[in-house]
Amino acid sequence: MTVLSLGKDLLGLEPLSPDQIRLILDTAEPFKEVSERPIKKVPALRGKTIVNLFFEASTRTRISFEFAEKRLSADTVNVAAQGSSVQKGENLVDTARNLEAMRIDMVVVRHPSSGAAKFLAERIRSNVVNGGDGMHEHPTQALLDMLTIRDRMGRLEGLKVCICGDVSHSRVARSNIWGLTKLGAEVAVCGPQTLIPGAVGDLGVTVFRRIEEAIEWADVLNVLRLQLERMKAGYIPSLREYYRVFGVTLERLEHAPRDILILHPGPMNRGVEIDSRVADGPHSVILDQVTNGVAVRMAVLYLLAGGRPELADAAKGTDRGGGA
Amino acid sequence: MTHLESTLILDDAGVRRALEQMAGEIVALAGGTEGLVLIGIQRRGADLAHRLTRTIAEREGAEIPLGVMDITLYRDDLQTIGPRPVVGETRLPVDLDGKWVVIVDDVLYTGRTVRAALDQLADFGRPARIGLAVLVDRGGRELPIQADIVGSVVAAAPGDRVDVCVSELDGRDAVELVRGGKQ
Repeated sequence: MTVLSLGKDLLGLEPLSPDQIRLILDTAEPFKEVSERPIKKVPALRGKTIVNLFFEASTRTRISFEFAEKRLSADTVNVAAQGSSVQKGENLVDTARNLEAMRIDMVVVRHPSSGAAKFLAERIRSNVVNGGDGMHEHPTQALLDMLTIRDRMGRLEGLKVCICGDVSHSRVARSNIWGLTKLGAEVAVCGPQTLIPGAVGDLGVTVFRRIEEAIEWADVLNVLRLQLERMKAGYIPSLREYYRVFGVTLERLEHAPRDILILHPGPMNRGVEIDSRVADGPHSVILDQVTNGVAVRMAVLYLLAGGRPELADAAKGTDRGGGA
Repeated sequence: MTHLESTLILDDAGVRRALEQMAGEIVALAGGTEGLVLIGIQRRGADLAHRLTRTIAEREGAEIPLGVMDITLYRDDLQTIGPRPVVGETRLPVDLDGKWVVIVDDVLYTGRTVRAALDQLADFGRPARIGLAVLVDRGGRELPIQADIVGSVVAAAPGDRVDVCVSELDGRDAVELVRGGKQ
């Protein structure tokens, strides 16, 4: 029997096999219960040091990773771009190498540049977890979305999931498309033409131009946050116009042929992409997503930390890009 | 792969008799069924604990609370063996404070699983006493841990493997010694 492993890093869902994705989701299930215990902690990662290296603002993801790390008994350090040597002009690799010189074991990195996590992973020995890189991937967000959907619907295979909103700029959308299609879900996207990439069909997804059509078709809507900067950049005429045309409202959901599960990766703009009555309504699993986020991240850290010795040796022995 | 020599230690009836004897000893050890809780270690220990509670219920007319515990996250060898593919369920149905807890497992070998189970139990509460019941004691301890109740003692060498089969998972009940099988 071959033992499945994730390898050294989690950079995205695109490089993972369906079995590897299932391994993470299955491992996350028992970790949910750990957070319900009187002592919310297990010693699995005792003695491991994990650095959360966040070059972009984040509340939910950073706190979720930190809870996951602490509940596995790892020691954690948070480094934010503000107030660190990054502000003095130090580059990503130098920052990480200096941290590594203090004998750390893992880095969770969030960075505004697509590919930053991979760039780092190829240059340091520690395990790297991508906590969101530019417009590329945000794998743990997609994994927690998938876990939440699987919990509620009992399966992913054959489900129809529509990702709504600013797909062009969204790493959450990309990771969701990779992960969901690998596990056999049907994926569609819906949003204004200016915010849907022209070649998105190449990823095997359907495009809906009207939110009503998406609601008619879908079992699940994953409603993305509309970044308010998009209006200034001219992608949409106004936030009110966006809400009128693409907002996921109670009135629109009332016309749905079936009960639709509503996800949102947060932070929400109530009254822009989503109606408050929907966000707080019975079909919303937005807070379940947050709860599941901790379990999924525990699973990822646990699987990477325990990485089989031969893989760890291989990663360390070859001095990957050490001179680059 | 070479064929390994396997000796049957307990057959179906042997496992049943051993469990019946263990059930009696557990009640005697705890001085009755008051406050008694059985906790099976995943996976086969959980099935054995379930059967022991059934036997005790039949004989004593008392429902014994049954918990299951997966000790994977408390192991001390994550680095050397790598993560177990899937961590099993941990479910402890009652508050353990002040209870008479008996941990149930299939095979007692190095004692490291029991060490992990004791650490995990300490994070769930403070039982009045904790005992250990195993179907097979195969020797080879690496920690100062002994069972209070043993169904069968098997003299196994370090290179041997003891397989416990339970009908719930394996379709039959048996204990087998596999020479050179490596546990």
